[in-house]
Amino acid sequence: MNPQESAAAPEAPVAEDPIKVQNARVLALLHKLFGEATFTDVEEPHGLLTVTTTRERIHDIVAGLQQDQEIKFHFLTTMCGINYPENEGKELGMIYHLHSLTQNIRLRIKIFFPIADPVVPTLTDLYATANWMEREAYDFYGVIFTGHPNLIRILNVEDMDYHPMRKEYPLEDGTREDKTDLFFGR
Amino acid sequence: MAVNDTLEGTHKIHEEAAAQRHGQLMPLLNDFSQELTTLNLGPTHPATHGIFQNILQMDGERIVSGVPTIGYIHRAFEKIAERRPFYQITPLTDRMNYCSSPINNMGWHMTVEKLLGVTVPKRAQYMRVIMMELARIADHLICNSILGVDTGAFTGFLYVFQEREKIYEIYEEVCGSRLTTNMGRVGGMERDFSPVALQKLRDWLKTFPAVMKEFESMFNRNRIFMDRVVNVGPISAEKALNYGFTGPNLRAAGVDYDVRAMNPYSSYEDFEFDIPVGTNGDTYDRFIVRNEEIWQSLRIIKQALENLPEGPYHADAPHYYLPAKQEVYKNMEALIYHFKIIMGEIDAPVGEVYHSVEGGNGELGFYLISDGGRTPYRLHFRRPCFIYYQAYPEMAVGTTLSDAIVILSSMNVIAGELDA
Repeated sequence: MNPQESAAAPEAPVAEDPIKVQNARVLALLHKLFGEATFTDVEEPHGLLTVTTTRERIHDIVAGLQQDQEIKFHFLTTMCGINYPENEGKELGMIYHLHSLTQNIRLRIKIFFPIADPVVPTLTDLYATANWMEREAYDFYGVIFTGHPNLIRILNVEDMDYHPMRKEYPLEDGTREDKTDLFFGR
Repeated sequence: MAVNDTLEGTHKIHEEAAAQRHGQLMPLLNDFSQELTTLNLGPTHPATHGIFQNILQMDGERIVSGVPTIGYIHRAFEKIAERRPFYQITPLTDRMNYCSSPINNMGWHMTVEKLLGVTVPKRAQYMRVIMMELARIADHLICNSILGVDTGAFTGFLYVFQEREKIYEIYEEVCGSRLTTNMGRVGGMERDFSPVALQKLRDWLKTFPAVMKEFESMFNRNRIFMDRVVNVGPISAEKALNYGFTGPNLRAAGVDYDVRAMNPYSSYEDFEFDIPVGTNGDTYDRFIVRNEEIWQSLRIIKQALENLPEGPYHADAPHYYLPAKQEVYKNMEALIYHFKIIMGEIDAPVGEVYHSVEGGNGELGFYLISDGGRTPYRLHFRRPCFIYYQAYPEMAVGTTLSDAIVILSSMNVIAGELDA
């Protein structure tokens, strides 16, 4: 048997169509509920609809999608922070993954905001599971979630005075010279 | 006489005091009932099976509130992963849910393959399914037998641990290691199943069902066990979803969400299996769902083994899949690829991928953002334990300490996955 015979279904061009149709449907719903101007950078990397919005709207959007009866995004799969130091004014971000278990549709929502003002509304009033996820994002990236009931560090020690997942903290000591390798960039 | 007098006198005093107390005792007791005891459960407590702490407020034997503290074995995997080539991240995934490492390994490999656009041959997919289901059985065996230990039934644990040992022997034949397996490669498996591995697998498939039946007959309808676990720590489906439950814990609450069925990966769509669900999400349901999943996993393994296709056991992806060692010694291209892969000099394409597999505890997700470098720009693990363990205080409040231990055990919280 050769590898061509076992082409996985999601990669095949025939199977891509229903995903596109589905994503178009979700996007139409998003536009209908929250307005077209709310979403920028609409992408579909590997079939997962990804939209970018603002932190002012994120709470409304997640709440609206939770109440929506058409697609029923009732499940917050995960959320995580991200840091792009070179994006001026949008250094920090939060990425939310929502899942509609009834129709098996996933949706990824991103928001970006300045590192000097990392304040984002909490989702703990919508999802109990957001509690620790937001504490993790606070711990790793220093994102402040307004309205969070207990925003303290979760994995690192409480007296740590920086947020280690930010790109400004390299994993290895940058002053070390014994590990410099001119050929391989380490 | 004098002694007797004294004794009688003492008795009298005691009786009087007791009578007096009896009158006053009620208000006094009420006062005591307001006073809560703080109990430090963990971080290293033999009954928690892992390093995490719960500071409990106890009213006698009842738990009034609990505050979990986690992070005792936090190893910053997400940060470390940002400096490692993809193949070096596999050992990190081993150390998340170390009771079912192969599932984590395969989940990670599939994530990378999705990013790279590598298609894995059918044989490798079936091999992966076999190993993942073995891992699931090992995971569930540990969880359920330890639940037995926590309720005072040590025997079942000893019976099935022997079978888990045999599973580990199969791992050993397939990849060379037992606990932190580092199994498979990006693009497939690192070697084909050896005849010994296949023989061990076939032997185990013959002997295991009897042991599992014995285990079930010891527990499933055991009056003592049921008294300890039925209606202990129930959680409703709505609440479980709101808390982000996945895996057996969610299915015990009655939601039939299984990644294997909903988003089939690695050819799970080829196999016939049922998704067991519970009704009220209590400890007993979680136990029964896990037991039933073991049977379903056995079904999948049997189907995969019977229909194991012939063919290559890895994809033809020279940029990512290490060439055979004998090729490296005599073939220039193989040597170059070997060098480039080992040195981590191969840049991954730009992209972002979310891939999830059904881990032992639920939806194990990998969110990978690549900026085109040799390492991930960001790698986020969706660890099912981390997400559902936050429901533990709510489930434990109002129960007794011994019930809380049983609930914790039935949730199968693995410290490695919790803290990552």
